[in-house]
Amino acid sequence: MKRIEAVNDFVIKFANINGSGSASANELFSRAVMRMGVPVSPRNIFPSNIQGMPTWYEARVCEKGYHGRRGGVDMMVAMNPQTWAADIAEIEPGGYLFYDSTRPIPTSMFRDDVHNMGVPLTEITNAAYTDPRQRQLFKNIIYVGALSALLDVDADVFEKLFSEQFKGKERLLDSNIKALHMGRDYVKQHLQYPLGIRVSRSDKVGNQIFTDGNSAAGLGCVYGGATVAAWYPITPSSSVPEAFQKYCDKFRTEEATGQHKYAIVQAEDELASIGMAIGAGWNGARAFTATSGAGISLMTEFIGLAYFAEIPVTLINVQRGGPSTGMPTRTQQSDLLSCAYASHGDTKHVLLFPQDPYECFTHSAAALDLADRLQTPIFVMSDLDIGMNQRLCKPFDWDDTKEYDRGKVMTAAELEAGKDFGRYNDVDGDGIPWRTYPGTHPKRGSYFTRGTSKDAYARYSERGPDYIYNMERLLKKFKTAATLVPQPLLRNAKEKTPLGAIYFGSTAPAMREALDVLEDAGVHVDAMRLQAFPFPQSVLDFINSHERVFVVEQNRDAQMRTMLINELEVDPAKMVRVLHYDGTPITARFIVAAIQNSVATLKETV
Amino acid sequence: MTFIAKPRLHHPSLTKNKVGYTRRDYEGPVSTLCAGCGHDSISAAIIQACWELDIEPHRVAKLSGIGCSSKTPTYFLGASHGFNTVHGRMPSVLTGANLANRELLYLGVSGDGDSASIGLGQFANAMRRGVNMAYIVFNNGVYGLTKGQFSATADRGSKSKKGAVNNDSPVDLVSLALQLGATYVARSFSGDKEQLIPLIKGAMSHGGAAFIDVISPCVTFNNHGGSTKSYDYVRQHNAAVSRIDFVPAGAEITTQYAPGEVVQVEQHDGSVLSLRKLHSDYDPTDRYAAMAYMQQHLARGEIVTGLLYVDPLPTDLHTSLNTVAAPLNSFNAAQLNPGAAALEKINAALR
Repeated sequence: MKRIEAVNDFVIKFANINGSGSASANELFSRAVMRMGVPVSPRNIFPSNIQGMPTWYEARVCEKGYHGRRGGVDMMVAMNPQTWAADIAEIEPGGYLFYDSTRPIPTSMFRDDVHNMGVPLTEITNAAYTDPRQRQLFKNIIYVGALSALLDVDADVFEKLFSEQFKGKERLLDSNIKALHMGRDYVKQHLQYPLGIRVSRSDKVGNQIFTDGNSAAGLGCVYGGATVAAWYPITPSSSVPEAFQKYCDKFRTEEATGQHKYAIVQAEDELASIGMAIGAGWNGARAFTATSGAGISLMTEFIGLAYFAEIPVTLINVQRGGPSTGMPTRTQQSDLLSCAYASHGDTKHVLLFPQDPYECFTHSAAALDLADRLQTPIFVMSDLDIGMNQRLCKPFDWDDTKEYDRGKVMTAAELEAGKDFGRYNDVDGDGIPWRTYPGTHPKRGSYFTRGTSKDAYARYSERGPDYIYNMERLLKKFKTAATLVPQPLLRNAKEKTPLGAIYFGSTAPAMREALDVLEDAGVHVDAMRLQAFPFPQSVLDFINSHERVFVVEQNRDAQMRTMLINELEVDPAKMVRVLHYDGTPITARFIVAAIQNSVATLKETV
Repeated sequence: MTFIAKPRLHHPSLTKNKVGYTRRDYEGPVSTLCAGCGHDSISAAIIQACWELDIEPHRVAKLSGIGCSSKTPTYFLGASHGFNTVHGRMPSVLTGANLANRELLYLGVSGDGDSASIGLGQFANAMRRGVNMAYIVFNNGVYGLTKGQFSATADRGSKSKKGAVNNDSPVDLVSLALQLGATYVARSFSGDKEQLIPLIKGAMSHGGAAFIDVISPCVTFNNHGGSTKSYDYVRQHNAAVSRIDFVPAGAEITTQYAPGEVVQVEQHDGSVLSLRKLHSDYDPTDRYAAMAYMQQHLARGEIVTGLLYVDPLPTDLHTSLNTVAAPLNSFNAAQLNPGAAALEKINAALR
């Protein structure tokens, strides 16, 4: 029988039951592999459920550092009888099945082209523990131990991880190490090990950190100086404000008084969340809300008001499928249009596209600066794939000499000195007006905030010329925004090519891998990673300098392609859709196949 | 509609208050509401109350939703920052503004459509949280700007100008505010400024969630026979629980009443609400008694007005969130940012 042989390059998938404590055991496995110096990118695949339903954890071990989902499974850890048949079917021929062999399983339920690794986990656990909770938790550690022997992961990396995790809790430390070795010892006594797939020490992890985008975004809001957060629970974004809360507790609590330099409100709905963030932004505090697609729909009226009234506010949108219960626990990039043009009236909004947790941190902090500078809503367009999965990425960094950019705020001294203040007056030619915080000066600088009905001095007006002045100024401001947002990043192919590709956000790691594969296959593609909307001139130049441009995105309607065509007025015929939207993260295999097919048809038609 | 500036000339004899402002300094541009609108009387009462309270106009932030009532903040406190927000959503914007700077006074202006229909959820939740504000509903039972549809505070059986009868039960915002935890709850009538001005003064000095429901007849769409929000109807059915005098902190209480006639409630800032009781059994510091009293009189078709409930030592949302005394909008990067060294420690824990 064929045996998959691969060192530091395989996919292992854990099929578990949610609520069984498997998540921390699976994370332990990934961390151990990384301590061996080998990159891992895990993904949780979970239902809209808290206990008793199937859940999967798919970890890609890849020395080359490709963090995109690969597709295919080399080893299945089948811990859930409910999904056994489907799980077994997923294994690549010559792959490996790991299962609990305590109870006999009919041979008809196995495949004859995969290698079966049975370990009587329940039997070992029940013999060692009597407490039901302990049995459940240590069974998980025992299977991690067994896997570590099968895949040649050193025991000492686990021991080091345990000693860090259970510092000062010696009893827990000892019992975890004991459980780990029960699994390892069984494998050593009863099975052939290591397998054809295994881990070998390397140095490819370096100083990278392993974290999730939502925690990073919450931390970015702390570093970016947000003091007010309002939110309503919604998967997959709830862990953003929860992380903000955690880091604020630690860093923003005054030692002497125990008082907080932050305010977090769990609001009654998304309308109230965005309303509070806008109220705080209007009043000079940095404020944000975090939500997902359904929340954006509810916030839309307020987003329009903030656009027209020119109020800074940051929205972190962790995108997912919807509407429903179910698909919203799967990833997508399907809120581009609903965010870019949110609300009634002529509106356009600034969007940022982080590719990983590092950028969730930097873009969230940058969004707070941009919101103040541009006096408008700024969207950080994360998604479930990077938001809720841990990913290896660059360590966070911060320049301590950097002051926040509070934008154009007129001070009491300037008002006192007689500086002219027109709230919606473009005095600097960049479309961005000056504002005052409420309560600044006893006699000067107050104004009345409304949506559209006003003149340049914020006086009530329904006159056409006043309206047009304001609308044209907002367009000018949007042009200014294109120069201030993070700029697109270009990766040129080794040879000059008529083919270009545009991608953004969580597609980045799969795209990076796909470009390498295509290059090796002799298909040369220049690639541009968008970091923001509005698009700067360089995006138009890129499209104009290629005959065919693939727009790779994770939604059905090619929303980014629509935005490119709409904003840059490029020829739709040259913009080729590469769309992945079944709820799973896009893979390099998918992108490569799509581009190769397209190139093949191009050659046929020539 | 146009923006009309009032002449800036002040008569030299206009009296200045303790902070150096005349009553005119608390006004705004000329109202564009219908002549005789109850709302203009409430605006005038707000102007008078703020002037008498010696509040510097720029220390007030006035926020409203959408509707006739929500237009009024333009017509008073012209030197204050104002915000005409989204229909029914003023409470959330005010909450956020209050979190950003706890040092300003927050005046929330809303209507019955704005607070009881589209915005009932935000009204309720702002009361639950105890946002420090004076929240005034200009309650006329109809939609004025869209020409006379019933709002959710219209009484069952009340007739519209066109003759339609309202079959739905009314939302009683006062009862809700009492139940949801507001710490200052009053009802008044736009036609009774003697009662209204001290109630507004009490609300603006309260220090917690203060709510005033002001019945304010709509002269154009809801002032006819068959309406329960007309001037005549409200005058006939008004049952005031007390007459209120507002005594600022440190001022001497000079009015004399027989023992048992007056209840004096000292607020957190030292100001005193002196209530001449019109009903000997009424205790304005007993929330549950106030709720029962309200319900009994409501059943009799009476509109209970006056200060219905007050907690003299309220807490607010900042108390619940344990925020620092300084306004959150006053901090810079050095005060908010944990710095690169702390980040390096976070990185180390993520390896």
